[in-house]
Amino acid sequence: MSNASEPGHDPAAARSAEEAVVRSFDRMRDVRAGPEGLNIILWSDREQALRDARDVDARAASGTVPGPLAGVPVVVKDNIATRTLPTTCGSKMLEGYVSPYEATVARRLREAGAILVAKANMDEFAMGSSTEFSAYGPARNPLCPARVPGGSSGGSAAAVAAGIVRIALGSETGGSVRQPAAFCGVVGVKPTYGRVSRYGLVAFASSLDQVGVLGASVDDAALALEVIAGHDPRDSTSATEPVPRYQDEARGDIRELVIGVPTEYFPDSLNADIRARCERALDAFKRLGARVREVSLPHTALAIPVYYIIAPAEASSNLARFDGVRYGIRMNGDGGGLREMYEQTRARGFGPEVTRRILLGTYVLSAGYYDAYYRKAQEVRTLIATDFHDVFDDEVDLLFTPTTPTTAFELGARAEPYEMYLNDIFTATVNLAGVPAISLPIGRVDGLPVGGQLIASHFNEERMFRAAYALERVLGEEARQ
Amino acid sequence: MAVSRDDVLHVASLARIAIDEERLPELTTQLSTILSHMEILAQVSTEGVTPSVGVGDAGLPLREDAGPKLPLAEPLDRFAPAMRDGLLLVPRLATHEDAGGAAE
Repeated sequence: MSNASEPGHDPAAARSAEEAVVRSFDRMRDVRAGPEGLNIILWSDREQALRDARDVDARAASGTVPGPLAGVPVVVKDNIATRTLPTTCGSKMLEGYVSPYEATVARRLREAGAILVAKANMDEFAMGSSTEFSAYGPARNPLCPARVPGGSSGGSAAAVAAGIVRIALGSETGGSVRQPAAFCGVVGVKPTYGRVSRYGLVAFASSLDQVGVLGASVDDAALALEVIAGHDPRDSTSATEPVPRYQDEARGDIRELVIGVPTEYFPDSLNADIRARCERALDAFKRLGARVREVSLPHTALAIPVYYIIAPAEASSNLARFDGVRYGIRMNGDGGGLREMYEQTRARGFGPEVTRRILLGTYVLSAGYYDAYYRKAQEVRTLIATDFHDVFDDEVDLLFTPTTPTTAFELGARAEPYEMYLNDIFTATVNLAGVPAISLPIGRVDGLPVGGQLIASHFNEERMFRAAYALERVLGEEARQ
Repeated sequence: MAVSRDDVLHVASLARIAIDEERLPELTTQLSTILSHMEILAQVSTEGVTPSVGVGDAGLPLREDAGPKLPLAEPLDRFAPAMRDGLLLVPRLATHEDAGGAAE
């Protein structure tokens, strides 16, 4: 298997869209991205991608400007509806399903000239932090195939890390873009809730879900977000705020920027090597003229219990639509009745983690437990969001934390569900508060990437891009050490 | 709070998911363990705190109940499990089983 980090595999360096797509598919073959190898790609259609690429090349040759992503190959997570290729959410429930409509983000990428080359593996219905819970088998980390790529957007992050594409789409509910970005050594962005349309993103937990981007660099991620962001009348939760030119804004100065370091994200138990990489990044910020000061987000430790009540509760409602009636698989029970059909379809279609979360969500919403669990979690969610409001109101521009408490772990190493849930400890707060965040590589420990996270206040993505871009530049090769 | 085997069967019934008998002990233990980690929330004072139902301050924006039709790229019968005469077919409800003739 080729080393994903070896140079010379940059599809963006191609002279035409067709050449870029050919390089992308060559790279998929060389790194064995399919089920026989890394298993990071679920669906691809080389001929369709080549047709789309030739179309972009023809438009460019005729003088039409094909858009800011003209001829750029992209990979999209399997829970985002696309015109071509299946959309299965990594589930047997939707095996073979091709969406009859296209997600707004997929359309915006296409209209910007990007070429969809593949759909990426993921934890089933985005429930997981390792991409081990895909019904199509676990994905592997291109930097170390014995380890997970993170999740749930593990296939998307791995596709960028493996050099198949420079831009991929993922989705976030509790850290599903930033955590795999950290594990794979790429850039991952979770935008402000409402910044990007969710139309065509298969719903998991609607008050938390947001499409995110993975990029080979901060520049790539900024451009991709610029393309997909903005109001969409088809998503009532999408915001009307204008979209800044993130790529240009990223090049701004960070002198006098105030970076808060929340003590709760640096507990005594934090891995010493990860702490050291974070301290090196903070020193770099100081050298660039930013001011660094300690802050507190006192309700951080409650984020995992709150998240794992609210997200399963919303999932139990959202996933009720998978019942064998309108789309997806159908299993008829022995009794032949409607209820047996529902129960057998959902028993056979959902994998163990999805079943667990639906049951958990149904439990916390059920009579007698609603107030103790669901309502209480909603109240504590308010406290977590208030923590963020308070620090940003206190003249803090950005927060800096580690993205994850560990580096990529080995396949099968997190056998207990709650042990897996703890992977989200530094990321889920951001989703609960709805603020934006970015993860970027800040170093390695034993050869495995470490991610640093910058968190901004609502709709201030340009500020985090600016700090991330400056840090990426100043760390340079150090980010690989 | 420990979850019992009957609790799991009850929520599985509400969620319309058949659970195999041999999976019940493990699921019961897992749900109990997960919920035991949630109990920390009971110790947090939330008196006077408004529950979050979303992340926006403005609430859900409303728009006119109208919009352009969004035609499907594929007709429904290309992906629906069972159809007849433009309608989705489902098995009969148990309460209608005596009405004669299966729906499909």
